[in-house]
Amino acid sequence: MAAVGVFALAALVLSCKCDSVEKPSDATGAGTGSEAERSGPAAASAGSEAPGGGAGAAVSLPDSCEEELLIRPLHSGDIYASFQFRTLWDTDFLHQGKKVSHYRLFPKSLGQVLSKFSVRELHISFTQGYWRTMQWGQPIVPSPPGAELWVWFHNTVADVDGNWKELTNVLSGIFCASLNFIDSTNTVQPSASFKPLGLGNATDHRFLRYATLPREIVCTENLTPWKKLLPCGSKAGLAVLMKSEKLFHSSFHSQAVHIRPVCKDWQCSSTAWELRQTLNVVFDLYTSGQGKKEWSLFKMFSRTLTEACPLASSSKVYVDVTDNPEGELFDLSPATSVLNTAVVLGDRRTYSVYDLTQKETFGQLRSLNLVLRWKGESGDMLRPLLHAERYVAGFGLQTGEIHTLIYNNHPYRAFPVLLLDSVPWYLRLYIHTLTVTSKTRENKPSYIHYQPSKDRLRPHLLEMLVQLPPHSVTEVTVQFERALLKWTEYTPDPNHGFYVGSSVISALVPSVVAMDTNNTQERPLFSSFFPTKEESSYFVRVYTEPLLVNLPTPDFSMPYNVICLTCTVVAVGYGSFYNLLTRTFQVEEPSQPLAKRLANVIRRIRGVPLL
Amino acid sequence: MGLLSDPNRRKALTSLLTRLNTPICVVCYLAGIAWFMGLAFEPFTLRTYMSENAMGSTMVEERFPAGERALATAREFAAHKRKVGGMPVEWLVKTMQARGLEVFTQSFTRTLPFPDENKERYMVRGTNIYGILRAPRAPRTEALVLSAPCSPDNSNNQAVGLLLGLAQYFRSKMFYVEFDCTSLSGFFSHHSGMDYTPLQGRAGSIQAALSLELSSDVITSLDLVLEGLNGQLPNLDLANLFHAFCQKIGVLCTIQGKLQRGDWDTAEGYTHAVQTMMLMVLKQASGRPWGDHGLFLRYHIEAASVRGINSFRQYKTDATTIGRLLEGMFRKLNNLLERLHQSYFFYLMPSLTHFVSIGYYMPAFGLLATILLLRALDLWVQLGTPAQVTEDGAVLFIFSYYKSFLSPSVLVPSFKPSMVISHLTGVALYTLPVLSQETAVEHFPVSETEAVVLTAIAIYTAGLALPHNTHRFISGEGTEQGWRVLKLVALLYLAVLLGCTALINFSLGFILAITLVPAAACVTPHMPKALTALAMVLLSPGCTLLYCVFIFQELQEAPVTLPEGWMLFLSVISQGILDHSLYGSLVYPLLALLIYPCWLLLWNILFWK
Repeated sequence: MAAVGVFALAALVLSCKCDSVEKPSDATGAGTGSEAERSGPAAASAGSEAPGGGAGAAVSLPDSCEEELLIRPLHSGDIYASFQFRTLWDTDFLHQGKKVSHYRLFPKSLGQVLSKFSVRELHISFTQGYWRTMQWGQPIVPSPPGAELWVWFHNTVADVDGNWKELTNVLSGIFCASLNFIDSTNTVQPSASFKPLGLGNATDHRFLRYATLPREIVCTENLTPWKKLLPCGSKAGLAVLMKSEKLFHSSFHSQAVHIRPVCKDWQCSSTAWELRQTLNVVFDLYTSGQGKKEWSLFKMFSRTLTEACPLASSSKVYVDVTDNPEGELFDLSPATSVLNTAVVLGDRRTYSVYDLTQKETFGQLRSLNLVLRWKGESGDMLRPLLHAERYVAGFGLQTGEIHTLIYNNHPYRAFPVLLLDSVPWYLRLYIHTLTVTSKTRENKPSYIHYQPSKDRLRPHLLEMLVQLPPHSVTEVTVQFERALLKWTEYTPDPNHGFYVGSSVISALVPSVVAMDTNNTQERPLFSSFFPTKEESSYFVRVYTEPLLVNLPTPDFSMPYNVICLTCTVVAVGYGSFYNLLTRTFQVEEPSQPLAKRLANVIRRIRGVPLL
Repeated sequence: MGLLSDPNRRKALTSLLTRLNTPICVVCYLAGIAWFMGLAFEPFTLRTYMSENAMGSTMVEERFPAGERALATAREFAAHKRKVGGMPVEWLVKTMQARGLEVFTQSFTRTLPFPDENKERYMVRGTNIYGILRAPRAPRTEALVLSAPCSPDNSNNQAVGLLLGLAQYFRSKMFYVEFDCTSLSGFFSHHSGMDYTPLQGRAGSIQAALSLELSSDVITSLDLVLEGLNGQLPNLDLANLFHAFCQKIGVLCTIQGKLQRGDWDTAEGYTHAVQTMMLMVLKQASGRPWGDHGLFLRYHIEAASVRGINSFRQYKTDATTIGRLLEGMFRKLNNLLERLHQSYFFYLMPSLTHFVSIGYYMPAFGLLATILLLRALDLWVQLGTPAQVTEDGAVLFIFSYYKSFLSPSVLVPSFKPSMVISHLTGVALYTLPVLSQETAVEHFPVSETEAVVLTAIAIYTAGLALPHNTHRFISGEGTEQGWRVLKLVALLYLAVLLGCTALINFSLGFILAITLVPAAACVTPHMPKALTALAMVLLSPGCTLLYCVFIFQELQEAPVTLPEGWMLFLSVISQGILDHSLYGSLVYPLLALLIYPCWLLLWNILFWK
C-alpha cells in the first residue's frame, strides 16, 4: 500500500524536476512516459483503495531522494566508483523550535540527532586507505584516512562542548565506530578552514568542532548502518551493488554522510535539510583481473543493476568518457547516446548517462551490466594542480620535524591555500621553528592562527594562509619534541607508534578550463574572453597522509626491574649513608685481656690499685 | 653497614684489598678472558627463539613462482648496464613502472675528504631508484624496504632481477605490503653534508628493511649480515626470522660465512663457534656498516643484509627458492603490528641457533673493568694513608681522603698539563691528517690517501715523545704523589671511557679493554724503562688495531703475510677516517680524541721523573 503511494510520488517529482536535469528532451519525454506507464496501474489501484490518500501525501510530504553512480576509469588503470544518494527533508525545526516526529525518507535516527543537539551542519566520513592524488587526480568528495567529523552547531547552543561530547557518543552508536574516542584532546575549532557548506552565514567558529581519528579502521560494521540510512536500504536501486566483500576488496574505500540546510527552491523562500550519503571506491583491476584491463559492473560488484530505487526521483549511472571521445581508448557497452557535459573540479568532463528509471536502459535481459574494455594504454594524466604530502624527518626519540610539502602545479597562476594542522599534545611543537619556504625563499603566511596545546587537554591547532607561487613546492616545517607519556597513557601497542591526523589544505584552485584559453570548439567566441566566475576557480580540499610517530616507549617489564633496583639502592646506599651520617662515633676502650681482668678482680678484693 | 662504619673492619677490608690487589687483578683478568671464551660454548648460551607473537605462529605459504623470469630480467639488466656503461637508470625506471610501481629517483653526490683508494673514487655519487608499491586501503603510514645495492661492475645483477620479480609478484597479489624497491649505492637521505635532490614519493615510516646481495644464478648458501654502523645490530627477531625460513625452505644459511656445526662437545666444534663469535666481535668493533642495511640501523629501522654465496658444494639453490624465502620473510614482517621490539638488541651470535645476550657477556667486560677500579682504590688508599693517622671518625676519614685529593697543591699541577697536552695531541691526530694532506703531497712522493694515513701514524708516533716535554709544565715534578694522582686519574678516566664504549658497542670496549687494562694496571715509573716502553707500545690502541687486522684475516681463512698485513692496516685506517666523514662512524674520533690521549697519560707515568 505504501509502495503504491510512493510510485505516484516518484512520478510527480520527476516530472516537476525535469527542467533541472540536464539531458536531451527526447530522453526526458521517454522517461516520463515510461514512468507514467509503470505507475499508471499502481496509481489506479491506489485510487480505488484509498481515494485521495496518494494525492494528499504528495502535497504535504514533498521529501525527495535521488541516487547516482559515477564511474570514472582512472589513468592508472584503476576504476573509481562514486555513489551519491541525496535525500531532501522539507522541514524546518530549528527556527520554530518545534519537535518533528514524522519521518518519511529522511532517517529518523539522524533527524532526532539533528534536532536534539541543535546541529546546523554535520559532516562525517570513514575512509580506509589514502587517496593517491598523483595517480588518481582529485576525488569528488575528499576525505582523510580514518574517521573525520565536523559539526556546526546552531548559534543558540549554550554548551557546545557538552553537545559535542554527547553527539559523538550518539554517532558512535549509530555508525558502529569509535567516535566516542573523540574528546577534548583531539577536537579543534578551526577558524577559517571549515566554513559551512549549507545555508546560513555562520562565521563564529565557537560553534564549530572538528576532529579526526586517523587510526579508525573502516569495515563492514560501519557500512551496514550507513546502508540502513538509505531510503531503499540495500534492497533496490544502486545500493544493491554494495556488497561488502567487494567494496572492501579495493584500493580505497570511503563512505560519508553530509547533512546541511539547503534552499527548498531557487527563490530560497524556505529551507530544507539535505542528507547526502556518498561512497567512493577505487578498484584495482590489475590484481583482480590477472593483468587484463577490463571491467564490468558484475566484476566490480558481483551484481548487475535491474531497477532503480522506487523511492528515488532520479536514478542515474554516469560513466566518464572524457578521455575517450572517439572511442580509441576503450569500448563501453551497452553504448548510450545520452551524453552530459559538466564542469567538475575545474575540468570539463563528458559523461555517458544511463537512466535507470527508463526501461530500455536495461535492454532485453532486464539487467544493466556496463562493460568497459581497454584498447590502448591511457596517456599521461594532467598533474593535479594542488597536491600535498607530509612526513616526519629526523631520527632518535627526542625531537623531530614535521615537513609538509604543498605542490602548486599550475604553470602561471599563484593561489592562496589554507593549511590546517592539528597535532596531538604529546608532540610539543616548537612554533618558533616554523618555516615556510617556496622556491628556496621564505614565504610569509598572511594569516596565522595558532592555539598552543595543553597537556592532556587539547591539541595544537595551526592554521595558515599561504600564497603558493606558480609551479612551485612550498615546504612548511616545524620541529617538535616527543613527550614522555605516563605509563597508563600508552596504547596497548605503543611500539606501533602514535598517529597524527592529516593536514587539511583548502584552496580555491584556478580552473583547468580557464587555463585553456584557446578552446573555442564547444563555446561561442564571445563567451571565452573573460573567464567566467564559476569556471575560473573551484574549491578543493586536499588531505595529506597521517603520520605515524614513535614516542619514547618504556620497556613495560621495566617497572619490575625498577622496583627491584630502587629497593636495592634504597636499602644499601641510602641506609648505609643515613647510618653513617646519624651515628655518633665514640672511641671505644680497648678491651682488656682475660688474665688482666682476673688480676684486677683479685686486686679489687685485696684493695690494691688496679692495673 | 658495620663494614663501612666500623673503622677496624674497614681497615681490614682495605688492607686486604691493597695487600691482595695484584693477585685479585690477575685473577679478574684471567676470569674475564675465560668468561668471554666461555660465551662460545654452546651449553652456556641460549637457543634463539621467536619472541614476536605476530611473526611466530602465523605461518605463511610462499608461492613465488618466477625465479627464471627474474634471472632473465637480471640478464637484461646486465646487458643494459654494459650498453650504457654505467647505471641504466632509465631502463630501471621503465621496468619498474611496467611492473606497476610508483617509481622515483634521487641522485646524490658527496665529495670525500681524500680519495678512497679501495674503491677508487673521490666523489661518492649515484642515483637511488625506488619504486613504491602501495598497499590497498593502507593510509601510507608504514613501509617495508627491500633493497639491492647496484654498482657499475658486474655484481649483484641477480639481486636486481629478483627484486623486480618479487615486485611484480607482490603487485599481483593483494598483500598488505608497502615496499620500496631501492637500487642504490648507499642510502643517504637526511645525511648531513650530502647534496641530494629531494625525494619525490614517500611511503611511510619504515618498519623493517632487507638488503639483498646476489651475484650468481644459483647459490649454495645464504649469509646473514647483521653488523651495522657503530656496531648497531638489528633486533634479534630478524635473525630468527631468517633462520626460521631457511629451515622451513631448506636453504643452507650461515652467519659470518660459517656454517652451523652440530658437534659442540668436540674441540673443533668449540673452536668453530669461537671463530664465528670472534668474527662478529671484530666486525662489530670496527663500527662500519658491513652491508647496505647498516645505514638503516641508525634510524631505528631493523635491517639486515642477505648475501648469496656460491661455493663448491653439490647442492644448489635456485632463484625461485630465494624468492620464496624473501616472500615468506616479507609476508611475516607484514604481519607485524608493532615495530620489532620484543627480542634483544644487544647480543653476540656464536652460531645462528644460539646467542649470547647482554646479560651474559657484560660480566666479561665487568671483570676487566674491575681491575681498573681495584687499582684506583689501591692508589687512593696509598694517597690517603698519611691523612688517616690524625682522624679516626668514619665521616672525617672519608673527608680526609677528599681533602688530600682535592688539595690544589697535589692535584691540579700534577695532572692537568699532562691531561691537556695529551688531549691536544689527540685533537691533532683527529684533524691534522685530513687538513695537511696537500702539504704532505707537495713535499713527499705519496698519494693523498697515503699522505693522510702516514700523517696519522706520524702524529701517533710523535705523541710518544711527549713525556719529555710535558715535565716542563709540571711544578710538582718528581714527587711520588704526583704520578700516583696522575695514574689514579688516568685509571678512572679509562674505566669511564671503556665502560661507556662497552655499553654502546661491547665488542669495541672489550677489545680495547683486553690490551689497555694490563697496561694501565701495571705501569709505574719504577720499572725497567726500555722493556716496559716496548710493552706499552705493543699494548697501545694502534697496535691493537694491527693485531685485529691479522686476527680477522686469520679467522676469515685468508691469512696474510706481514707486509700485506701492513698494507691492509694502512687501508683500514683510511677506511676508518672515510667512514667517519661519510657515514658518521664514531670509532675514529673515539680512538683519536679519547682513547689515545688516555693511553698517552699512562705513557707519561712511565717516563715520570
